[in-house]
Amino acid sequence: MSVDLKTVKRVAGLARIKVSDAQAETMTGELNAILGFIEQLDEVNTDNVEPLTSVVEQTMKKRSDGVQDGGYADKVVANAPESEDNFFMVPKVVE
Amino acid sequence: MTKLIDLTIAEARDKLAAREFSASELTEAYIGAIESANESLNAYVTVTGDIAREQAKASDAKIAAGEARPLEGIPLGIKDLYATKGVHTQACSHILDGFKPEYESTVTQNLFDDGAVMLGKLNMDEFAMGSSNETSFYGNVVNPWRRNGSETALVPGGSSGGSASAVAAKICAAATASDTGGSIRQPAALTGTVGIKPTYGRCSRWGMVAFASSLDQAGPIGRTVRDNAILLKSMASVDAKDTTSVDLPVPDYESFVGKSIKGMKIGIPKEYRMDGMPEEIEKLWQQGIDWLKAAGAEIVEISLPHTKYALPAYYIVAPAEASSNLARYDGVRYGLRVPGNDIVEMYENTRAEGFGDEVKRRVMIGTYVLSAGYYDAYYLKAQKVRTLIKRDFDLVWESGVDAILTPTTPDAAFAPGEITDPVTMYMNDVFTVTANMAGIPGMSIPAGLNKDGLPLGLQLLGKPFDEGTLFQVGEVIEQAAGRFDANDWWTK
Repeated sequence: MSVDLKTVKRVAGLARIKVSDAQAETMTGELNAILGFIEQLDEVNTDNVEPLTSVVEQTMKKRSDGVQDGGYADKVVANAPESEDNFFMVPKVVE
Repeated sequence: MTKLIDLTIAEARDKLAAREFSASELTEAYIGAIESANESLNAYVTVTGDIAREQAKASDAKIAAGEARPLEGIPLGIKDLYATKGVHTQACSHILDGFKPEYESTVTQNLFDDGAVMLGKLNMDEFAMGSSNETSFYGNVVNPWRRNGSETALVPGGSSGGSASAVAAKICAAATASDTGGSIRQPAALTGTVGIKPTYGRCSRWGMVAFASSLDQAGPIGRTVRDNAILLKSMASVDAKDTTSVDLPVPDYESFVGKSIKGMKIGIPKEYRMDGMPEEIEKLWQQGIDWLKAAGAEIVEISLPHTKYALPAYYIVAPAEASSNLARYDGVRYGLRVPGNDIVEMYENTRAEGFGDEVKRRVMIGTYVLSAGYYDAYYLKAQKVRTLIKRDFDLVWESGVDAILTPTTPDAAFAPGEITDPVTMYMNDVFTVTANMAGIPGMSIPAGLNKDGLPLGLQLLGKPFDEGTLFQVGEVIEQAAGRFDANDWWTK
């Protein structure tokens, strides 16, 4: 499978990365080289093979569904590019 | 007289206990060494001299009180991927500009609880994506090793290039590193240092900047097998904050160092004999086989038929997980924000400016293989191949093999800019990536020099949670091969 310029731009949109036309052009070639490399997997017969979900066999650990940590909103927002009253500030999203 | 920075961790520990020098003196020696070397090597992105001096002082008090802990006063470098409270933590990405976490990673906390001293944060490929440390926002790291008679700078490997370079240049006693596809073992091989990627789940991933969560694992890079054993003992733990960390006792790894390997069965996988492999690598591998045979091990040829597919499967699984993990960098909660007309444009501008080319490539591949209609063809297929890769290893262990010996890398260190094609660069991890895909431990030990005088490594792969055997066999290789020191041109 290979990607065309239109697909690359669509994927960049999904990935929320702004790309110029020239960048998308370069990326198309690079991504196709990687996808070409990945294509070898078609040689492998995976009929009746279960996908691997965990390399270590252990039962998923659970904990009680309660508050474990918190109470420090100021620390949570301490690294935010913009914050006010312990809220993250973003451009207006609702008119 | 031996300089303080020439001492291994084991030697420094014993001399500190004997009060031959203080922890403060040891730390000062390293800070001085960093000052004279870092301009040439660019291994550290930030030096935390004040923290180091304070920790060393506390260590001296502990030693004086007779309460020395296992790593008391040992100065370490920390890969920039580990969250360190109040200190530069950016995985060497522009998008995490200014990020100083309010918390400490479990691995670094474990090290500090055992008395370790932090000298600073080490350079790395951006988000650990790279095999040459050329993708860091903070510039290339220089390998302390050069070709005989040449002054051309070489890469230290990656992604833990800063860690490997700093250890090889003796500007830390040892370093933390991390390995998703070979990022501990490949740079260790290219710098003449020892590095181990433990079993997945052995160390907590909490507080490590996530790349590919089902593959990422913490580990040390050090000068000797014994130093690796000492460090891993402190780094490993079960942790409620990482549900994939395993609740198994952490063995005294150092006790395996020096044990006989007589009667052990060492597997030699025929699929690792690749076309076009340099003769020197073949010879080194044979040398390794001869050393282990001479130490009483039984050598058996084994087959890992799906080896060839590990790397292509990795380039589906790792980018897929990365695209999901890196979705958090949106200019809202931390790091860089580049304004836009609306919130979507703000996200897009931030990520366009904040991520480097290699990170963008991988996020794009990951987004593509996970996008509607392609999931089964790519991600599911790769996860099925991963099952087959793991099964290859399981069958080998069931046949009674104790460890596997392979070369670590297909070749020695190269010059920056020498490899520009992404897929060719990915081939650096061809021998290491299988261990990540199967979750098993792997260690690289320096085993010799090539015709240009550059170090080459041998890799040992082991059964899940059997790191002890790797230390045991690794020590035999180290004893036979000797240790390799780079000529310290950077201090002149």
